Amino acid sequence: MTYPRKHLLAIEGLEPPHIADLLDLAESYALLNRSGKTQRDLLKGRTLINLFFEDSTRTRTSFELAGKRLGADVINMSVSTSSVNKGETLLDTASTLNAMHCDLLVVRHGQSGAPSLLSQKVDAAVINAGDGTHEHPTQALLDALTIRRHKGRLEGLVVAICGDIAHSRVARSNMHLLTTMGSRVRVVGPPTLIPAEAARLGVEVFHDMKAGLAGADVVMMLRLQRERMSGGMVPSAREFFRFYGLDAEKLAHAKPDSIVMHPGPMNRGVEIDSAIADHPTRSVIGEQVEMGVACRMAVLDMLARGLRRNV
Amino acid sequence: MADTIITNARLLDPASGLDAPGALLIRDGLIADCGAGLTAPEGAAVVDAAGACLAPGLIDLRANLGEPGAEHRETIASAAQAAAAGGITTICVLPDTDPALDDPALISFIARRGEATGSVALLPYGAATAGCAGKELAEYGLLREAGAIAFTDGARAIASARTMRLALSYARAFGAFIMQHPEEPSLAAGGAATEGELATRLGLPGITPAAEAMMVARDIALARITGGHVHFSHISTAAALDLIRAAKAEGLAVTCDTAPPYFDLNETAIGDYRTYAKLSPPLRTEMDRQAVVAALVDGTIDAIASDHQPRDADDKRLPFAQAEAGGAGLATLLGVTLARVHAGDVPMLTALGLLTARPATLLDLPQGRLAKGAPADLLMFHPDRGWKVEAGKLPGKAQNSPFDGRALEGRVLGTWKAGRRVFGG
Repeated sequence: MTYPRKHLLAIEGLEPPHIADLLDLAESYALLNRSGKTQRDLLKGRTLINLFFEDSTRTRTSFELAGKRLGADVINMSVSTSSVNKGETLLDTASTLNAMHCDLLVVRHGQSGAPSLLSQKVDAAVINAGDGTHEHPTQALLDALTIRRHKGRLEGLVVAICGDIAHSRVARSNMHLLTTMGSRVRVVGPPTLIPAEAARLGVEVFHDMKAGLAGADVVMMLRLQRERMSGGMVPSAREFFRFYGLDAEKLAHAKPDSIVMHPGPMNRGVEIDSAIADHPTRSVIGEQVEMGVACRMAVLDMLARGLRRNV
Repeated sequence: MADTIITNARLLDPASGLDAPGALLIRDGLIADCGAGLTAPEGAAVVDAAGACLAPGLIDLRANLGEPGAEHRETIASAAQAAAAGGITTICVLPDTDPALDDPALISFIARRGEATGSVALLPYGAATAGCAGKELAEYGLLREAGAIAFTDGARAIASARTMRLALSYARAFGAFIMQHPEEPSLAAGGAATEGELATRLGLPGITPAAEAMMVARDIALARITGGHVHFSHISTAAALDLIRAAKAEGLAVTCDTAPPYFDLNETAIGDYRTYAKLSPPLRTEMDRQAVVAALVDGTIDAIASDHQPRDADDKRLPFAQAEAGGAGLATLLGVTLARVHAGDVPMLTALGLLTARPATLLDLPQGRLAKGAPADLLMFHPDRGWKVEAGKLPGKAQNSPFDGRALEGRVLGTWKAGRRVFGG
């Protein structure tokens, strides 16, 4: 089993075997977690620091749990955004972390490329837990694992990613991962929320939700940031919901056995109707969270194998 | 001062089209004679060029020097050092400093600071608007009397069409052009890279290349109704060049410059969030780069400027969108321009002309040519000798070169300002 890099900064650039290996390993951790067993010796003596420059409950907790289940010493550092708007502090933080001999550094930052900058300055293996509008690689891994468990494969599936594509790091990582693994990826949203040259990333662009969902195996909804409305990219929440919110009527255009996903936290009634979000068979939103822990365990395990320092 | 004769040189004078072996005689700070068959007067100091090229010292149409207000990035003294090493003997200085050059006393201050270096003339632009704030016009008449060569708000676009119209109109009375940073600010706001596939992949806020063409189109229309002369800086897109080409054909007073990054690099230089390649305007696609090269050759572009924007490590060692835009350009101006000559894209005299005679014509300067009676501002260089651009080892204080790591052919061997050797030897 191989992973070619020291860090996990992005999905873009990973080859299909690397992704498949990570997913296989994550699958085994999912089974382990369900069995109630633990493997607390794997990262024993390793220090994992969760460095979050943006608020997050879900992702931070998921990494924390993943680290603890593998026996790492986990420390959470939340840096309030108000005191950090200078990257000088970012690099100061890097030297502080180096002095602490951190092994695995999980970083979330509001600026695209911040984890990449940090990775050049720290000795630790860096895991991008979401940077600006760039990537959120572990989210794409957990989404892929969830899809694979339901559909048995990724290749050939039609996946519709819907909503604010332009500002979504989740969308970017998913586009890279799913196209790399042979899925047919569509992005669906109003033109103001589709990034420039999106088609060059190997996806099909739709502005009509029903057409975009037609025949889809997977419907992946994204969170609409409230500030997009004040920025004038969408006139109002009610207009957005009317045309791009997922309700039963629009979902009827997807395949009858299609699954519905959302990276959370959800804006119910903006991008997704509660009845869909809580649908007992179609919604796999809860399972995504479960797979998140398994995928992060796999990533920590894989990166720790490449660490030089013995413990 | 004794006469100096530079012998055994390849004389390159874009103004006259001269490219021939010969010698050049310096007397009292001026070019006393040049050509083949020149003999050294008695007592003259002899410099043997050993076949190297001898050309007019470069005129840099656009540079920000950090002083006053940002001396931690660059001082006039350190910029002068970089300029001498780069063969630049005249720098046209941008006014968007702190304070802005919107007062006659500040204009003469900059000119005097240039004289004090002894190696480079500093020709200041006056602010187009008070404080370069884009609202009220600055005192063009008084600034011009104090030595302002033309008017601009530097790296800030004159956003209001009405203000630009008034500026173009009023500047006519004083025979000066208005230099515009052609970028529609409301479209470019918050952007960090050229909008397109790469910015999408990197998750960076984009600036559509149309922001440039749109401002160029607007200001050409304003030049047409005012009869004023608009000069567009650092043109970087094919669309803007097409508009300028058409305006020139129409006979309007429209000129433009570009800077080496826009004909040597494309957007891929920002690669893995390389902030040294973050510039304003941002680096463009390869197609646009090629259009800039073509416009160097066909005459649409009137000058190559360094567009020197000094930045320190704290400005650049930031996540990409937060890092400051701007690149150091003085030391690499000649070398990167010669790269197009070596590539066979641009003839030698055309390239040098864009750095000497053509900006001299634009500003009506006596320098920039190898002619009897012209100031002995000279540049001696070896066209093929290689060197490597290394940030941290460049002359002067500003090390933020977008060309870091680039191997260049074309090395400055000597620079003379008003007959005095200020570099090499």
